[in-house]
Amino acid sequence: MDKLFLALQYPFVRYAIIVGVLIALCSSLLGVTLVLKRFSYIGDGLSHVAFGAMAIAGVLNLTNNMIVAMPITVISAILLLRTGQNAKIKGDAAIAMISVGALAFGYLIMNVFSTSANLSGDVCSTLFGSTSILTLKGSDVWLSMILSLVVVVTFILFYNRIFAVTFDENFAKATGTRTEVYNLIIAVITAVIIVLAMNLVGSLLISALVIFPALSAMKLFKSFKSVTICSVVLSVVCALAGMVISIITGTPVGSTIVAADMVVFGICCLIGRLCEGNR
Amino acid sequence: MALLTVKDLAVGYGSQIVAENINFEVNTGDYLCIVGENGSGKSTLMKTLLGLQKPERGQIIKGEGLMENEIGYLPQQSPVQRDFPASVREVVLSGCQGRGGFRPFYSAEDKKKASENMEKMGITDLASKCYRELSGGQQQRVLLARALCATRKLLLLDEPVSGLDPKVTAEMYALISELNKEKVTIIMISHDIGTAVNYADHILHVGENVFFGTRDEYLGSKAGKFFLMMQSRDSEHPVMYKPRKTMTNMEDKDNG
Repeated sequence: MDKLFLALQYPFVRYAIIVGVLIALCSSLLGVTLVLKRFSYIGDGLSHVAFGAMAIAGVLNLTNNMIVAMPITVISAILLLRTGQNAKIKGDAAIAMISVGALAFGYLIMNVFSTSANLSGDVCSTLFGSTSILTLKGSDVWLSMILSLVVVVTFILFYNRIFAVTFDENFAKATGTRTEVYNLIIAVITAVIIVLAMNLVGSLLISALVIFPALSAMKLFKSFKSVTICSVVLSVVCALAGMVISIITGTPVGSTIVAADMVVFGICCLIGRLCEGNR
Repeated sequence: MALLTVKDLAVGYGSQIVAENINFEVNTGDYLCIVGENGSGKSTLMKTLLGLQKPERGQIIKGEGLMENEIGYLPQQSPVQRDFPASVREVVLSGCQGRGGFRPFYSAEDKKKASENMEKMGITDLASKCYRELSGGQQQRVLLARALCATRKLLLLDEPVSGLDPKVTAEMYALISELNKEKVTIIMISHDIGTAVNYADHILHVGENVFFGTRDEYLGSKAGKFFLMMQSRDSEHPVMYKPRKTMTNMEDKDNG
């Protein structure tokens, strides 16, 4: 406990906790939609693209990586969604192609052009987010806050439409909802969340942050609204718990959070089973 | 001018045409049944009518002020919906979505309409139940209530009774006839020709020879005769030629 209070006196720890909670909140919002639309792997693919983009930003020696990573990831999200619809190359194959390609390309240019002395450390922290959350500056925190706010407001404004498009795209389209626009919005929000979340858990573990809370909540609740709210609560609690545990025990932040998510998922599975048994 | 006029329509996907030379008219209050064998292009035709895909040739003309978003639709169930966490009320309300314009939330009027339609379909007591835990017949009622939220003018039903047991099937057909009496125009896809001729007043037969006409004309036509023959050979209860009204009345009594 003393260790925790001591740590909280440092501004960078407080920053990390604020940003961590915001990211957990945003990433869980769209989780339900992504899981139900069978888009879980788009999150994973996009995170690899973001890794490649971060590598480019690193090589260009930019002070803020997000300037490069954000547009590249958003564009890839739009492209992935389009190929999913036109289906010359089937959706999952396209995702696999782009994600592995971006991963390899990112590592390649990091190796060839890097000026850093500790290359494998850089790669590791981009992949698993081990340290970057503790090196956030005030401006990063503001940027994360603004982006999180944008994501949350967009989600609330389009909540009913996102529901309609997720539940039955054909019906929504036939009755006059412009489904392409909302699919696009879903893709863009996903991309924004992923770039944000790279700071917290790194690019390999982002999917866990998106998918686990949604799956846990779906075990417990029956309506879309309650599932969404529950997944947000679970995600924030897990992120907080994960960060606190990692401060006390010195474990890497990202993987501790994901481990907390997995434990909660297990508990939710058990509760869901028990409830079904009682009926 | 008819509610829906279809001229020389050819439907398909890619460049492959699955059904062509389709001509028909739907007027307000009609009950049209689209029949045909599997793979004859019934569902593709329906998707084209809904504007989900473009016609390969020909025209679909909307009349009587029928707007793009005034076609209600009862789809076949998709695998996504089978594990979707949503309450009945949420599903029914989502039918009001298309008419909302840029308003982000549902108005009091939308909510009232949803309650009315749930009442009409007899699913008010299920409102807070989870959609995926309902029986097949209940799910169809929920989707029908949603379609009614979208429009009161024209409903397109894609195999509304597939996978339902005989009792629930009869209830479903009675419900649809009831709606039709309230001046809701019905276009229904079915491969059950027996029921089609019992309930519908117009028949569109898609296939190698396209037929469109009233129910009585269909019974006299070559395609109609052939199918009725097949049907009565296959089933123990040959198709009845009673007038439509009596049939529905009988079923109403059974349900009550």
